[in-house]
Amino acid sequence: MRTAIESLPFLWQGLLVTLEVSALVVAISLVIGVVAGVGIVYGPRLVYWPIRLYSDLIRGIPVLVLIFFVYYGLPALGLNLDAFWAAVAALAAFKTAHVIEIARGAIQSIHYGQTDAAKAIGLTFWQRMHHVVFPQAVRRFLPPWINAVTDAVKGSALVSLIGVVDLMLAVQKVIGRTYEPMPLYVTGAIIYFLINYTLSSLSRRLETRFAHIRE
Amino acid sequence: MRPLSEPIVRVRKVGKSFGEHRVLEAVDLDVERAQVVAIIGPSGGGKTTLLRCVNLLETYDEGSIRVDGVEVGYRDGDGARRRPRGDRELARIRADIGMVFQLFNLFPHLTAAENVMLGLRKVRGLPKEKARERALAWLARVGLSDKVDSLPAQLSGGQQQRVGIARAVAMEPKVLLLDEITSALDPELVGEVLAVVQQLAKEGMTMIVVTHEMGFARDISDRVVFMERGRIAAEGSPAELLVRPQHERLKTFLSSLNPIHALERSE
Amino acid sequence: MLDYPFNFSYIWRHFDRLWSGLILSLELALVSILIGMVIGLALALVYTGGGRLARALVAAYVEFIRNVPLLLLVYLVFYGVPSIGGFSYGPTTSFVITLSAYSGAYLVEVFRAGLDAIPRGLIDAGKAIGLNAWQRLVYVRLPAMFRIVLPSLSNTYISLFKDTSIASVIAVPELTYGAQWINFNTFRIIEVYAVVTPMYLVTGYGILFALQQLEKRFVIRR
Repeated sequence: MRTAIESLPFLWQGLLVTLEVSALVVAISLVIGVVAGVGIVYGPRLVYWPIRLYSDLIRGIPVLVLIFFVYYGLPALGLNLDAFWAAVAALAAFKTAHVIEIARGAIQSIHYGQTDAAKAIGLTFWQRMHHVVFPQAVRRFLPPWINAVTDAVKGSALVSLIGVVDLMLAVQKVIGRTYEPMPLYVTGAIIYFLINYTLSSLSRRLETRFAHIRE
Repeated sequence: MRPLSEPIVRVRKVGKSFGEHRVLEAVDLDVERAQVVAIIGPSGGGKTTLLRCVNLLETYDEGSIRVDGVEVGYRDGDGARRRPRGDRELARIRADIGMVFQLFNLFPHLTAAENVMLGLRKVRGLPKEKARERALAWLARVGLSDKVDSLPAQLSGGQQQRVGIARAVAMEPKVLLLDEITSALDPELVGEVLAVVQQLAKEGMTMIVVTHEMGFARDISDRVVFMERGRIAAEGSPAELLVRPQHERLKTFLSSLNPIHALERSE
Repeated sequence: MLDYPFNFSYIWRHFDRLWSGLILSLELALVSILIGMVIGLALALVYTGGGRLARALVAAYVEFIRNVPLLLLVYLVFYGVPSIGGFSYGPTTSFVITLSAYSGAYLVEVFRAGLDAIPRGLIDAGKAIGLNAWQRLVYVRLPAMFRIVLPSLSNTYISLFKDTSIASVIAVPELTYGAQWINFNTFRIIEVYAVVTPMYLVTGYGILFALQQLEKRFVIRR
């Protein structure tokens, strides 16, 4: 137990890397995912099919396969990325597919009568988006998206498998020195738990708060 | 600018298909200023589709629909090359046509006042205070002064529909389209909504009303149109069509109605 | 960019590893979901029927599993538990235990929602014909619940199938492990993942399709 406490500074460094990876993945997937999600709902067929294909393909394979492929495979094709960026790229690509689905669901769950009413009072497409669709879509988007954020944090643990010293790998390195796996795994679990549980409580609270907005 | 002789809504030979299915066939309809025209008929008969074509919530494949002289759906009227109107043009045309929906379609994230104000601010360009003033005035006219800052979820069906009416009428449209506005209401709430519409009619609002309420149609309309299978099957005054119907299928339709909606049998 | 000499022969030579790995992945997911269903259903019933303490314990279990990375859980069970328990087990057994506990936690929510979604009228009808609580559970609520949750169960199985790739880190010879083995022993990284990716995709979508057909035949949709 004492060794666990002594190793906290080292774990802290790992935690920072975990948070860094998670933040990058979340940010990239949010931007690309929302844009692509909007594109898939309102865009022409030409835009719809590639995005659809991407989303279905990426979500059909394990994220670990994607990480291994990006890390080991891209160098073979001439693209050299260090482990950190390869991991971020793979995780971001994976998460983007989820965000696309969440965004799409959020927009499409809005009753078509809303756009009818918005059109009927003479609002243009962008006015409808701004004043009617997006305000309602955001409320439906946030709760599931926060869950996606917790998934990203959990998924970040996989970067340990290609040598990025995140919290997960820090835990294992300490175990390698102290030979006491359980206390450290439990410590690591508690840290992940605290981060994700806070996020998922937030998601639940948002869901109840927005419930009265939904018809 | 429309010639003075042209009705404010002029529908000519309008046709529409959904795939194989012919939804509207050679529909002709005129609505004069300050007139109220009721459209009745069985479901699937094309009434709602026709109404939704007037403000182009549905497109029409053939024919012409003109509101105040302007062709709604296409740029060159019923000329040979029909180019569909772009989003901005449509928005401008729709701003002058009001619609009230069966399912109310209030914006759930906005209060009653904000629902009415949205069009006034973003389409009519009114500053916020003026828009709120107007919105409050219209909400008062429909009897909802005490609910102006309520969200739709806090309102009853009848109250929501009255907000819907205020929202449409605040835009001061040239014609008001009402799409079965009481069909989704509990019977005891229907009266309060119909009272508002009656008042509007008295004040000279031009309206096209699709409805199942025969008593309402008789009381409020100047003309009644019976639509069936995409065509206008009969047309005339309320007395001709509702009180002493001649048309066979119209008689069948009227007798098939739920007694709640039918005319009281006062022979 | 493509200076890469493609050579699939290495893959075909070792294809048996991939094929048996795929089968193992499917089996691991199947065993885990079956055990998980037992756990999930038991805990869901405890939750809906039990008092505050019971609900808190179930919630603690569920929240713990759902907020901690699967990878960490795998390590904890495989390396951590034996170190304090004194016993040891093989990687496959350890992974099945982990994945079962994992799926059980997710299924608690699925079953709980399913039980909640049963129309009150059905339960009232059961009471009206004189069934006691246990009979209502077995003859009315569980059958109704299973019809409601079948789509979720299909999706869970497919998810678990993909999650079995994590087992590769403790050397369980499933599909991803096979791919990595070929990668490290032949350096045919592009080819192996060009083969393994479709294997996951086709299997995943194949299961989805098969289960949807099954649903159509056995689930009475109103």
